[in-house]
Amino acid sequence: MQQIINFLIRYKTFLLYLFLLLISLIFTFQSHSYHQSKFLNSSNYISGSIYTFSEDITSYFGLREENNRLVEENKKLRIKLFNTIQLSKANIYNSIAIDYDVIRGRVINNSYADQRNYITINRGEKDSIAQDMGVVTDKGILGIVENTSNNFSTVQSILSEKSNINAKIKNSNHFGSLVWENTQDYNVVQLIDIPRLVPLTIGDTIVTGAMSSIFPENIPIGTIKSFDLDNSKSFYFINVELFNDMTNIGNVYIIKNLNRKEVLQLEAETQAND
Amino acid sequence: MINSTFFLTVLRFILLVLLQVLVFNNLNFFGYINPLVYILFLYWYPIKKNRTTFIILCFILGLFVDIFSDTLAINAAATVTIAYLRPTIMRFVFGVNYEFQSFKLNNSTKAQQFTFLALLIIVHHSVYYTLEIFSFSNSLLILQKTVTVGISTLILSILFSTLFSSKKE
Repeated sequence: MQQIINFLIRYKTFLLYLFLLLISLIFTFQSHSYHQSKFLNSSNYISGSIYTFSEDITSYFGLREENNRLVEENKKLRIKLFNTIQLSKANIYNSIAIDYDVIRGRVINNSYADQRNYITINRGEKDSIAQDMGVVTDKGILGIVENTSNNFSTVQSILSEKSNINAKIKNSNHFGSLVWENTQDYNVVQLIDIPRLVPLTIGDTIVTGAMSSIFPENIPIGTIKSFDLDNSKSFYFINVELFNDMTNIGNVYIIKNLNRKEVLQLEAETQAND
Repeated sequence: MINSTFFLTVLRFILLVLLQVLVFNNLNFFGYINPLVYILFLYWYPIKKNRTTFIILCFILGLFVDIFSDTLAINAAATVTIAYLRPTIMRFVFGVNYEFQSFKLNNSTKAQQFTFLALLIIVHHSVYYTLEIFSFSNSLLILQKTVTVGISTLILSILFSTLFSSKKE
């Protein structure tokens, strides 16, 4: 017993080091699996307020550009609205007919140089944001909400090793998975699992697919930059250049799928009956 | 005396975390170079202090940077490693000298200070990028990031340490 205590006292620094290292490794590896970085994220009160403070200052520098983008988007929406007014007149006051609700928000912290990048936005549970909602900008897809606090949430960017989003080639139904494999280039993501018989051209537009309960169909993602066959020689490995400039993001829209609960429940029941 | 050191440490802690997360995490030089200058905390920390407190403090420092930059607990792991290895590195760089009461970082030669800082950064960055990338097939990427980011951290750290060195004797 005496010897054990002596041992502990002599190596107390080393043991403390091992203990703390173990804690940090546990935090790290737990979070490698989906959705477990519960408390080590920047959607908490302290970092959220500090980032809001810094964003309040820096946002002034990009106001003109941001305004131009919003006006441009308003114009696009106007055109769409005028052209579809006849169709939507019937259910414009009928909220049951709406599938997706949109919440606006602002990016208060953005990263794109790591292997797993996260974006912090200034909307949280108070604004009815929950895990697994899609986040887009006026130009295209951005990521999926991962953690929420009362006033803030963190978004797993599409620039993340963990990211995997259903995507397809516009005007066709060939779908694949959007991943980020070449983690050096932050303007290019990869689309995999597209069969080789699909005709492709450089410059084709990639949009989100209909298989996901997170994003609505046909949200723009990017254009094909280059493509090649993968190792199995039966699928394409496509480099997609993003529409979004991931280094410059201000206003975002969070998409809430009002049918998601029902879809998930149905899928779970189907699997349970299997 | 004790109080002034204490306040200086706390002030350094807060300022370095804020500097790291608000300025240097957004630098993205060449797309991915974000110098990790908060390591200066370990460079400046008094030598004679209790090692246990030092290691715990460094763990918290790393954890704070992690929380802000959404990097799980990678910074904490890397920082706690150099906190533990700091005496070994110091003995290697300064010889047995540093165990004397009169030893001060400012009294050592420039070359020694440089080596000390460089060793801290090399160990920290290799742990950091090994954990971040975490695959041996990408070991070249780990090496590349360690070297490039390490050099930028080193340059900025030297700038900061000369800017804020306490030469009041």
